[in-house]
Amino acid sequence: MSSLLFATPKELTGWLAKLASGYRVLAPRQEGPSVVYRPQTAEQLASADIDALLRRATASPKQAMLPQCETLVTFKSVKDAEDPSKLTTTLENPCQAEPTVLFGCRPCDARGFVVLDRPYLEGKFKDPYYGARREATVIVTQACPSAFASCFCNWVGSHPSDKEGSDILFTAVEGGFVLEVVTDKGQALVEGAGFADAADKVADVEAAHAAAAASLAPAPELTHVMEKVASRFTDTEFWEKETVKCLSCGACTYLCPTCQCFTITDEGSQLDGRRLRSWDSCMTPLFTLETSGHNPRPSKADRMRNRVSHKFSFYPERYDGFFSCVGCGRCVVSCPVSLDIRHMVKAAVEGSSLTFDDAAPAESPAVEAVPAPEAPAVAEPAPEAVAEPEQAAAPKAQKPAPKAAPRASSKSKAKKR
Amino acid sequence: MSVLAGKELRIVGFLCNWCSYGGADTAGTARAVQPTDLRIIRVPCSGRVNPLFVLKALINGADGVLVSGCHPRDCHYSAGNYYARRRLELLKEFLPVIGINPDRFEYTWVSASEGQRWKDVVTNFTNRIHALGPAPRWEDVPARYDRPEELIESIRPLGCGAHPALPELKQAIKDALAAGLEGVLGWKQGFDAIHAEPVFMTTPEEVDSLIWGPFNVHNLAVYLPQYKGRKIGVVVKGCDSKGVVELLAENLISREDVKIFGMGCNGTVNVSRILAKLPEGATIESCVGRGNKIVVTAAGQDYEMSMAEIAQDKCRLCTKPNAVLSDVFVGTPTIEPAAPADGRLPALRFLDSLSLEERMGYWKGQMERCIACHACRGACPMCVCRDYCVSDTRDPAWVTQEDTVQQKLFFQLIHAQHLAGRCTGCAECERACPMDIPVFALKQQFGRMIQKIFSYGAGLDVNATPPLLTYQVEEPTIKEHDLA
Repeated sequence: MSSLLFATPKELTGWLAKLASGYRVLAPRQEGPSVVYRPQTAEQLASADIDALLRRATASPKQAMLPQCETLVTFKSVKDAEDPSKLTTTLENPCQAEPTVLFGCRPCDARGFVVLDRPYLEGKFKDPYYGARREATVIVTQACPSAFASCFCNWVGSHPSDKEGSDILFTAVEGGFVLEVVTDKGQALVEGAGFADAADKVADVEAAHAAAAASLAPAPELTHVMEKVASRFTDTEFWEKETVKCLSCGACTYLCPTCQCFTITDEGSQLDGRRLRSWDSCMTPLFTLETSGHNPRPSKADRMRNRVSHKFSFYPERYDGFFSCVGCGRCVVSCPVSLDIRHMVKAAVEGSSLTFDDAAPAESPAVEAVPAPEAPAVAEPAPEAVAEPEQAAAPKAQKPAPKAAPRASSKSKAKKR
Repeated sequence: MSVLAGKELRIVGFLCNWCSYGGADTAGTARAVQPTDLRIIRVPCSGRVNPLFVLKALINGADGVLVSGCHPRDCHYSAGNYYARRRLELLKEFLPVIGINPDRFEYTWVSASEGQRWKDVVTNFTNRIHALGPAPRWEDVPARYDRPEELIESIRPLGCGAHPALPELKQAIKDALAAGLEGVLGWKQGFDAIHAEPVFMTTPEEVDSLIWGPFNVHNLAVYLPQYKGRKIGVVVKGCDSKGVVELLAENLISREDVKIFGMGCNGTVNVSRILAKLPEGATIESCVGRGNKIVVTAAGQDYEMSMAEIAQDKCRLCTKPNAVLSDVFVGTPTIEPAAPADGRLPALRFLDSLSLEERMGYWKGQMERCIACHACRGACPMCVCRDYCVSDTRDPAWVTQEDTVQQKLFFQLIHAQHLAGRCTGCAECERACPMDIPVFALKQQFGRMIQKIFSYGAGLDVNATPPLLTYQVEEPTIKEHDLA
């Protein structure tokens, strides 16, 4: 491990309070039953209850880099006094990135930014708005103390103490926190903080990480996810069955740390207005509605196919096999009808009719092979509660799932950066 | 809208073409001296005035809004102003809940010949608005994040044990499937023991997965319109059945297409309340209900909680625990309590205790965290426009894409306004909200005002006409507001 520092809860909040003078500090705050990231002042941070700052946020911290709505450009046109057909248009680009500390996000959230970086920063056209915020933000991540029932970061090649995407990763140990500096940006942030060295706490940190990993339900053995999900593209019956209960509300996409789609609209008048970029959701019909009135994805089954395929097939195809799902489980836990993406992916893969020769090196990311968890069954005696563990959702027409083959070289690209 | 700073205020007037606009003209022709604050928008009829016009103006900074039409019995279209009177009276009663002074809005009647009367109306209304001063701006109001934590006492015994009649219900559904029903909507266990999920049961095995108990929170009536024309069944709690009745009343589904299965409901839980009692992230191993207590086993430990602590608020005040309409009702009906003295849910009680400005602050604090996902709309059984919601259109642009409190709240006002007289009070909008915003309070405000003015409750009678779709020439419960 790189440099390790120890901070007591008081030192940690004191440090954040001090940072608030030079940075916008975004930290979780309880509002009603939900927890949201809010800019907090030095006074708020100095007196903050540390447990409140460590809560997992209801919505992902995506908006730190990709706000729900941002002004891309403001425009104003003035008519020439002599010749009103002549317009002088001035454009202003209000792109401003405040220096920001994003405190308390989870490893999955931090990894979400890595997922967003690829479409926004890679290739020929870089997004300057996203890029400026990304540049100006230091991410201080909390290693998860334990997993939620909805967590599945281990399905997508991560774990509860993953450092990917973080500048600093801190872990709760007896009496305080051990901060591990991951990047230079993180190093600059702890410079002069006066934290003690924590080289002697390595064992505690490792024990905490191991305990968190153990609290996560084992991931099922799923191979060739990318191809198998892709092969479902024309299987309308499968998606219809999976989305019977979907309400098409789009909460899943807005809560997701990696959903990246937006819409652009002009507000104001033609002569004086703002061009806005705001979140959009592929779960709504408007997303694909064309001017002619034709909608290429008219049903919720089509739209769900897009969402799941984007995360588990299109994106990995485009970006070296990385999934664009980080397994935070927000879409599962906050879905009004408890629709479970894990269930859909598992059903899509297990019921797939594709077969692969797994002795050859796998070309697609393989998910860690561990025995599938039993859905938590409900104890006696309430007969209504003894529900069937959820499984067997593969459409009847499909062939039975191919027996899980030994995972030869399935670390594959998913682990490669 | 430019105003003479320091002299004028922003007042918007919606005037009917045939009477009031003519009246204003008459006043002008007669050289009547009038204040100049009013900005007039001519509409064909006062019945054309969508209450959302008024709300949009007020939310976006108008200091006052005046609607004026033909006198009753004198409408150019016979009855437009009768409908307007009902809608606008209801709107006036609604406004305080979002912190807008109802005096900032008025509706009245002026005929084309009444130039003098128009002058008096506009003078008196402008003077009233000047006395109130500029409307408080959302930007300036301090946001407040406090909300009521009190639990209201239940008016009926709540339970979460096994329902003895469940096997009988399953058998009835299996029989109906065998007799040709395409499928039946019900609930099964979700991803853990404290979450249920809707299921469309088509096989006997799927029927075996049906559960009935405190986790059956979803109102399955929401799915019915999409099955229109197909013979299906639906399992309902009392509150859900009201949604089915309202859909039938509005002719959005047909009675012969839907078979309703009911059982007595003993209340459902607010899952957030259970989670709040467990350590964060604790994995739920099992959950057992007995009597009025459930025991949740999480992370190796047992947590006992009573329904008094975890029940949904709406269940505590529910007077219709049994299906109000059903084809198959299984088991003994639950006792139906008399209507409570105070039917307000905690959020509305809390709002009532605040000043107008504090209420604005309350909504500001709540709506700030709205992510505009519109799960409230998705979960609402009465939101039947589905893919064609008026808030999604760009023309007319009811809401912009901006993420301001005004825009997000205005979406909620569209929802509430479109549910006035139709909302059956299932509160699914609030349960579905991933950010736990108490949006149901807006619908409940409309609901209680409809009860007060029209003595009407939605979802109880298939043959009832909703109060906003009808009128009386003399409205005994509406006191006319004379501005002249």
